[in-house]
Amino acid sequence: MDVGTFCAQSHVLVMAGKGGVGKTTMSAAVARMAADVGKSVLIIELEGKSGITAAFGREGDLGYDEEVLGGSVRARRLTPDDALVEYLEDHGLKRVSKRLAHSGVLDVVSTAIPGIRDVLVLGKIKQLERERVADLIVVDAPATGHAITFLTSARGMVDAARGGPLRTQAQDVVDLLSDPARCRVMLVTLPEELPVSETIESAYTLEDKAGVQLGPVIVNACDPEPIGLDRPAAEVVAATARVGSGGMTLEVPPAHVAALEEARLFRLARHGVSAEQVQRLSRELPLPHLLVPSIDAPRIGLAETLVLADALATAVTSLVPEGAT
Amino acid sequence: MSSVSASAGSAGSAVPDLAERAALAAVVEDRSVVVCCGSGGVGKTTVSATFALAAARAGRRACVVTVDPARRLADALGVQSLPNTPTEVAGEWPGHLFALMLDSKGTFDDLVQRYARTPEQAESILANRLYQNLAGALSGTQEYMAMEKLYELVHSDEFDIVVVDTPPTRNALDLLDAPRRLTRFLENRLFRALLVPTRMSLRAVGMATQALLRTISKVAGAEIVQDAVAFFQAFEGMEDGFRTRATAVHDLLADPATAYVLVTSARPDAVEEAGFFASKLSEREVAVAALVVNRIAPSFGTADAAASPPPGVDAVPELEPLEANLAELNVVAAREAASYAGLAAQVAPAPIGRIPLFGYDVHELAGLERAADCLFG
Repeated sequence: MDVGTFCAQSHVLVMAGKGGVGKTTMSAAVARMAADVGKSVLIIELEGKSGITAAFGREGDLGYDEEVLGGSVRARRLTPDDALVEYLEDHGLKRVSKRLAHSGVLDVVSTAIPGIRDVLVLGKIKQLERERVADLIVVDAPATGHAITFLTSARGMVDAARGGPLRTQAQDVVDLLSDPARCRVMLVTLPEELPVSETIESAYTLEDKAGVQLGPVIVNACDPEPIGLDRPAAEVVAATARVGSGGMTLEVPPAHVAALEEARLFRLARHGVSAEQVQRLSRELPLPHLLVPSIDAPRIGLAETLVLADALATAVTSLVPEGAT
Repeated sequence: MSSVSASAGSAGSAVPDLAERAALAAVVEDRSVVVCCGSGGVGKTTVSATFALAAARAGRRACVVTVDPARRLADALGVQSLPNTPTEVAGEWPGHLFALMLDSKGTFDDLVQRYARTPEQAESILANRLYQNLAGALSGTQEYMAMEKLYELVHSDEFDIVVVDTPPTRNALDLLDAPRRLTRFLENRLFRALLVPTRMSLRAVGMATQALLRTISKVAGAEIVQDAVAFFQAFEGMEDGFRTRATAVHDLLADPATAYVLVTSARPDAVEEAGFFASKLSEREVAVAALVVNRIAPSFGTADAAASPPPGVDAVPELEPLEANLAELNVVAAREAASYAGLAAQVAPAPIGRIPLFGYDVHELAGLERAADCLFG
């Protein structure tokens, strides 16, 4: 599939996955990939997340106000308290809004109505989507357990509330989430047992309970296919010594041969785990995958984001277009 | 699948220091309360189970409280079928190993039943909609319930050592303050005021409070305010019991005898998070009893001669992929070994336990035993 087409499929992409799988990094890579094909992008960082600025080579944390991260990529933070204040202001309750948000009442109210925080935040995202503040809005969502609650709460509220402005808000959010032309969820995972199991479970839960359309699953940090490691080190050494390159006999110390062999077996074993998990994901979850290679870098900065955005674009290009199967 | 992995001895940077091992062993041999903390995805559950296993190997009665374990680990520990109840894990060790999967809501229910003055009071709280949402919706409840369960097990006198896994938390204070947060919620000024109308006229409630209540009713619906009133009414008279208990749990967490084990992976972002966590702990003058670095990329060939290619190898193309693989893995290993040096200094003199990345993922007892070998010998 063409990258431009992929990025134009829906207005909002929610990036979700277990903690530590690289959601923030992948949010940055998706944003950058979209910017590379000429889209304007707004990244929304939710409560409890950080690190998106570093992925664009910048320092400091995001604030409530939008910030340009580079080219056509902007980003901002969005907390439930901000969303509540805005919501109340929009509903003519400016005078009490700050007090309500800061008096701990939100804690009490959100206990009474589970998900009010989520509905407020998603309601704000819906508003931004409606205003078309960017071609693509990328949401760096909380870890999966929370992401499920995050995305299902609106539906729960529509069922529970009898009426009033909050129900309208929740209905608007449900409309956003269930329209694939407006919003899709992309799950991010690692090629490891736990993250894959959790991805499979949450994919079904999200489809059933939140009614969202799932995009392809990003499998982050895939081990590259081992090349030239199929024969034991001792065998390779013995064979080359026997042939004798140009008549020379190569002296390879046994300790080195052992290190080569251990390293070889380790790589094969890790790749085996990785490949097995990708296979299991294909077997148990009928969604396309975008395999992103692990990158050899101490931390994710702008250079790494660019590499990952390219890798992601390559993976997107090999996706079969929707409806073609 | 092959069960191959780097042997611990070949992981150059991970050669165990005897003094460090002894200090780590002291945690499982001498302490009675161990709290494993750190950010998500670093293997806290595995490390918690490993510590409890090591204690059982040392002949103690150990119990590990797991929060949301991966299914295969939960199966291995046998905690799936009976949440909230310690289940013994069978194995060849001199002590006993028990495991329990935390049921946050069930723990809360038990607390309510314990402190209710009458069965009717407990019943009316358990049936309240606001209460039913509390376990899931109030941030910090799961943390508190994990700590509450810890307290309960410690005081049951059934175990020599209780190891608790904690929900992924970025900020150590979320963990340490969890007991207080719940009591603060129960003491919310606004809703305390709500109780007044049952005794006096609504006029006695401040104007500002009335305005807030009207706003909440208008935006969220009147039922919510009614639920809240009912909830706080139902809780009347129980706050003292709850507060006393929360203070006791808080004291247990602040007790110098409670050992905090900080768990991280060697990845820079995880190390950074762990550093942040450690700094918050030290703000509260809570010492880190041990740092465990999990899933460290192993290095191969400890001696230089074994790790670097002998002269003349360049001329042999067949060997090139093998050499490149070895060099690449050793570069990653060196980087990871360096990645937590700063953190190690920050938590000094806490001993450092290192668990290498194995050739397989750890989710079975054999894997836990292997991890315990790496940490404790």
